[in-house]
Amino acid sequence: MADIPHARPTRPRPLSPHLQIYQWSVTMATSITHRITGVALYVGFVFIAWWLVAASMGPEAYEPFLAAAANPIGQLVLFGFTWAAAYHLLNGIRHLAWDVGYGFLPKDAMWSGVVVVALSIIAAVGVFLWAYTVRMGGPVS
Amino acid sequence: MKSETPLHRVEGLGPAHSGTQHFWRERITSVALIPLTVWFGFAVLALVGGRVVDVLTFFQHPWNAGLMGLFIITLLIHSVIGMQSVIDDYVQQPGLKVFALLLNRGFAWLIGAISLVALLRIVS
Repeated sequence: MADIPHARPTRPRPLSPHLQIYQWSVTMATSITHRITGVALYVGFVFIAWWLVAASMGPEAYEPFLAAAANPIGQLVLFGFTWAAAYHLLNGIRHLAWDVGYGFLPKDAMWSGVVVVALSIIAAVGVFLWAYTVRMGGPVS
Repeated sequence: MKSETPLHRVEGLGPAHSGTQHFWRERITSVALIPLTVWFGFAVLALVGGRVVDVLTFFQHPWNAGLMGLFIITLLIHSVIGMQSVIDDYVQQPGLKVFALLLNRGFAWLIGAISLVALLRIVS
């Protein structure tokens, strides 16, 4: 015990083990991905606003938006948001199941995590395949 | 414990004076966002490759305008709570934390307000 509790320690206090000491697990990875996709979708809200504002201001404002969306980088960004939304939605359902007490066993939490990752990729790719083939023949929004 | 009033005890909120509103609001909005996000996804897919008139015609239908308005409001509430929990977890300096929490609300409400006004412009 220190004699003067408020004195600055002469050397740093020991820290408890942090992230890098643990072996990565499915549940850890899906948990932090849920948070990262959530933050990304927060930014994605700006793009929804941009879309609505562009549409509300008529064709002259909508054309640049379409051009930005059709651009390869725009398409990549949109694909990222599509996957993030699919992931956050599906993993959110997993979280809601936990909230009412289902799927807490380690093996259940693991396989449901794998299922969520797989389904989110299938959904995002599916949306883009549908957009490119069924909706149109070229890369627009 | 004896100093606790019966009202305080029955409220069950303890010294924080507020309870699980954020927790519940996050769950309620997340449940609402399941169908709303799926609807929004299909709506965007239906408008892909279209012109601005298609977007205007789409939102001039009361159902679509109503669902879009609901989607924006629900997304706004969910986003604010979600970002607040991230700030609460990672921003430790008190002053910076208050600033980040205010910025979160200001930014999200601004984006939400702009979206709603744009939607109303399309609808009217």
